[in-house]
Amino acid sequence: MQKRQWIHGWLLVLPAMVFLLLFTHVPALTTIWNSFFSTPRGRRPSRFVGLDNYDRLFDDPVFWKVLGNNLWFALGTIPVSIALAIVMALFVNRAFTGRSLVRMAYFTPTVLPLIAVANIWLFFYTPGFGLIDQLLGAMGFGQTNLLGSPDTALAAIMAVTIWKEAGFFMIFYLAALQSIPPQLTEAARIEGADGWTIFRRVTFPLLMPTTLFVSINAVINSFRLVDHIFILTNGGPDNASSLLLFYIYETSFRYWDTAYGATLTVVMLALLCLLAIGQFFFFDRKVHYK
Amino acid sequence: MSLTQTSTGRAIRLEGISKTWGDTRALHDVSIDIPAGSFTALLGPSGCGKSTLLRIVSGLEQASGGRVLIGGQDVSQMPADKRELSMVFQSYALFPHLSVAENITFGLRTRKVPRDERAKRLDRVADLLGLGDYLSRKPAELSGGQQQRVALGRAVIAERPVCLMDEPLSNLDAKLRQTMRTELRALQRELGFTMIYVTHDQVEAITMADQVVLMNGGKVEQAASPRALYERPATPFAARFIGTPPMNVIPATALGEAGAKLQAQAGRRLLAGLRPEALHPCADSALRLSVTGAEYLGADALVQGRLGVAQVVLRAPGHALPAPGETIPLALAPRDLHLFDAETGGRIPPSDPASLLVQAGIPAGPTGAAAPFIQHEDH
Repeated sequence: MQKRQWIHGWLLVLPAMVFLLLFTHVPALTTIWNSFFSTPRGRRPSRFVGLDNYDRLFDDPVFWKVLGNNLWFALGTIPVSIALAIVMALFVNRAFTGRSLVRMAYFTPTVLPLIAVANIWLFFYTPGFGLIDQLLGAMGFGQTNLLGSPDTALAAIMAVTIWKEAGFFMIFYLAALQSIPPQLTEAARIEGADGWTIFRRVTFPLLMPTTLFVSINAVINSFRLVDHIFILTNGGPDNASSLLLFYIYETSFRYWDTAYGATLTVVMLALLCLLAIGQFFFFDRKVHYK
Repeated sequence: MSLTQTSTGRAIRLEGISKTWGDTRALHDVSIDIPAGSFTALLGPSGCGKSTLLRIVSGLEQASGGRVLIGGQDVSQMPADKRELSMVFQSYALFPHLSVAENITFGLRTRKVPRDERAKRLDRVADLLGLGDYLSRKPAELSGGQQQRVALGRAVIAERPVCLMDEPLSNLDAKLRQTMRTELRALQRELGFTMIYVTHDQVEAITMADQVVLMNGGKVEQAASPRALYERPATPFAARFIGTPPMNVIPATALGEAGAKLQAQAGRRLLAGLRPEALHPCADSALRLSVTGAEYLGADALVQGRLGVAQVVLRAPGHALPAPGETIPLALAPRDLHLFDAETGGRIPPSDPASLLVQAGIPAGPTGAAAPFIQHEDH
């Protein structure tokens, strides 16, 4: 009887497990496995090369470049989009006419596909007659080529990402804000706390679980969201706006250097795991779960 | 056990307070005088506007009309934190991420009281409320009664002249509620602040308050001492709201000949109010109750029956339960008979009910409306 229940349990888990293994775990393991082999080319089959791929990675200036880009990308987009999300959530959490319209407007970027969003922003950025240049022109500035110059390309991409992400994170903050009983704010007000003190000492600490959740998602997204790069810059100029995942895609599917692509992927997965674990430990002391 | 300096309360005066939300009128021309250092209970059924009134006093809500004066100063336009009051919420509103100590000293910190002064006051308050062992705990790790004390601590630590409480005991079990009633009252006396206490529980209001403001439908029904409220209810609503079981309010004609005479004398239709504890079985009387049922409560019993066509309840000793179908003659002390105008609901002082009742054959019997330990004043 005991044994039959055991089988029954495994049977129930089986369908989900098969797909999880087939599409997540097996590919992950093959990726790690492939990173120790050379790329098969023509008549040369792949052969075991040990850590050669990793040696190459350490000496690859482009890898370091895109990793650095990704770091700046994360540092630039995550705090700003989270801060914006909180500000927007606080704003639309109050009662005013047209509130649902504003809420919807904030959330729209999330609903739109990133590719479509990138195309819209491409128009904004177009040198000469794009929205940004038209505004700058009206104020007497000359033409700009934000996407075309190495100094501004990454920042331009970051702006799109922030615009896209902030509205999404706002929804989580809005939900969290609405679960905070209004009496807490009222009690704080009676005790002489002004708006900023209430936010700093009551609201923000109570939003910490949401902040943890959102920041982990934001970190993952900062490595994961590269769709708009294809439309806006293609990683250029001179890899100035290329991110790790974009570089992996280029290496594996444009140059078909699959072994090196696998190596890059392993490094990225390791990084993401470390970051997620680190965040949990870092935030754990500061998060108050109800 | 005692705080060294006792703050003195401030008098509160509400002048013609009204509050409307769109078409709904929550408060209608409410005027109340609350003496300094007194304990005033706002009592009424749910939805009567008592909590709204409290929030208007606190400054969390703005009145649509009228003035709030605290200590003689018009504070109607003043924000909540400038009114020098503290408040205890029904849900306690403790900050779940802060420890008990941080919760209690929250207001001192926002008002920039120095650290050692904060620690000193925290010690005193923790001592006063018996919270010394829990100071480092989070609210979720405390029982309901302890959470209640933390909320009290937060309210009293700043020694404000006015304290507002919104049904602070309604989340506690019956036994704890009784203990906390006594403690709250003692605390208020000791610290001397002016208390406004919102409750829907008449027992809380009657046992704790110096003044009970009975509200109904956004209006003040009666503002009086608990005794006056019980002994001389101003309206049939007040008569029915105070006392368990409620007063029997029946058409005066149900009293038979006596009722008819009373009506003739007053020249209008009357309602007669008879407390269940004011009706006593006696040997013979013109007032006869046909018993329809009885509810045994131990020390006494509630006997249901009919006087004429009107349903009434009376409190009888538990050892002599009448059976349904029996008819019992009832004595009624003239001072226990309340009369109200049937149209306006106003209280009518009977001119000489004593002789009237006796003429009509209703013996006085012992008076039963007031608890025996209370001294009777003028009538």
